[in-house]
Amino acid sequence: MSNKKTRILIAKPGLDGHDRGAKFIARALRDAGFEVIYTGLRQTPEAIASAAIQEDVQWVGLSCLSGAHNSLFPKVVEILKQKQAEDIKVFGGGVIPSDDIPGLKEAGIKEIFTPGATSKSVIDYINSN
Amino acid sequence: MVQKILAGDIRSIARAITLAENEDYQAVELMRSLYSHTGKAYLVGITGPPGGGKSTLVDRMIAYYRKLDLKVAVIGIDPSSTFTGGALLGDRVRMQAHATDSGVFIRSMGSRGHLGGLAVATADSAKILDAAGYDIIIFETVGIGQSEIEVASQVDTTVLVTVPGLGDDIQVLKAGTMEIADIFVVNKADRDGVEKSVMAIEQLLSTWDMTEDDFVPPILKVTAKDNIGIGELAQAIEQHKKYLHDSGKFEVRRRNRAVTEVHTLILNQLDKWAHDKMTKDITTRDNIEEVYLKFIDPHTVAREALRELELETMWDKWGQGADGGG
Repeated sequence: MSNKKTRILIAKPGLDGHDRGAKFIARALRDAGFEVIYTGLRQTPEAIASAAIQEDVQWVGLSCLSGAHNSLFPKVVEILKQKQAEDIKVFGGGVIPSDDIPGLKEAGIKEIFTPGATSKSVIDYINSN
Repeated sequence: MVQKILAGDIRSIARAITLAENEDYQAVELMRSLYSHTGKAYLVGITGPPGGGKSTLVDRMIAYYRKLDLKVAVIGIDPSSTFTGGALLGDRVRMQAHATDSGVFIRSMGSRGHLGGLAVATADSAKILDAAGYDIIIFETVGIGQSEIEVASQVDTTVLVTVPGLGDDIQVLKAGTMEIADIFVVNKADRDGVEKSVMAIEQLLSTWDMTEDDFVPPILKVTAKDNIGIGELAQAIEQHKKYLHDSGKFEVRRRNRAVTEVHTLILNQLDKWAHDKMTKDITTRDNIEEVYLKFIDPHTVAREALRELELETMWDKWGQGADGGG
């Protein structure tokens, strides 16, 4: 008998100190039955990738409101790859201009959720991927 | 996977812990192979009520042990929701400074319905980390109340963390969790009421029936956020370790742990059997309905269900014994 659970790491890379969105989505994912590991503010991509591997998560959710998403999000994907953990999937959220989304997806971010996205859309996305 | 774990490969360690958490059959095979490589690590339990600063304390302990060049692993347990099974695991927030240190492994764990302050997989996870070469393994329990004492049976030294102003002396006098402490920490010692807390614990200790040979739990004032008292705590743990070895109690504790582990594994399987019996076996389900309707009593139905395991006569045996377990 196996009791598998989907584990998700929610992290905030970069320097902005606003984690309401990240905490909101963390709680919503918990209420949807996921095990959510929250790592707190101002995380480096290295720390996020290491934590994701130690925690053996299937998903990493990144939240960034500072505008640095174009460098920080791909960096996390890159480090995971370096550590042979490219099977850990990364999604992102925050204030992200629609023009940036194709580039981020190109860099390996599976999905981007912008302001106004419902928590249900995130949950549905994870459940179906 | 076994070789990789023994070589300290992080990914393999993490995946092995997941297998244990998921109660995957592969974990059983794995534990079988790893078991002979365990026993070297020293296990410390950090327990105490919610909001006592356990995670911050553990963070500072990691830093302390790292300076001594010891490899440290932490298993931080938080409660899972009874209703959704989900969990928000936040112990890591206070320890993230160590995330990129290759000598530190931190794992967050949901209790997944397990009561007692730990999770089903904590014992196996500790063995995986032990085999992988971590010197110190710290369990941080869920925030506990007055009865979660499981951690004491799984670690070598139990540290009970409390804070000033958590209630009057009566709370302290309640038995349960206070009895399992090898070391007391009054954290947030920069707050008012710290002396009162220390005195309350001293009074409690004075009521314990101790002989000269017993280890008297030290009461330490610690302010983890300012890194005050961490060295003293590490020394106290070291003294307790020495005491356990000198007195022969180390072997006693580890032998007891072997008993507890086997007992727990048997109980887990029996629990699953009982769950299946209650939910899938038509006769049992019908009988339970009859219990509800008061046509039959629950003892009779339980006895009938146990017939499958040929355990139904156990009650009769207990009845003849002294402890009358039925």
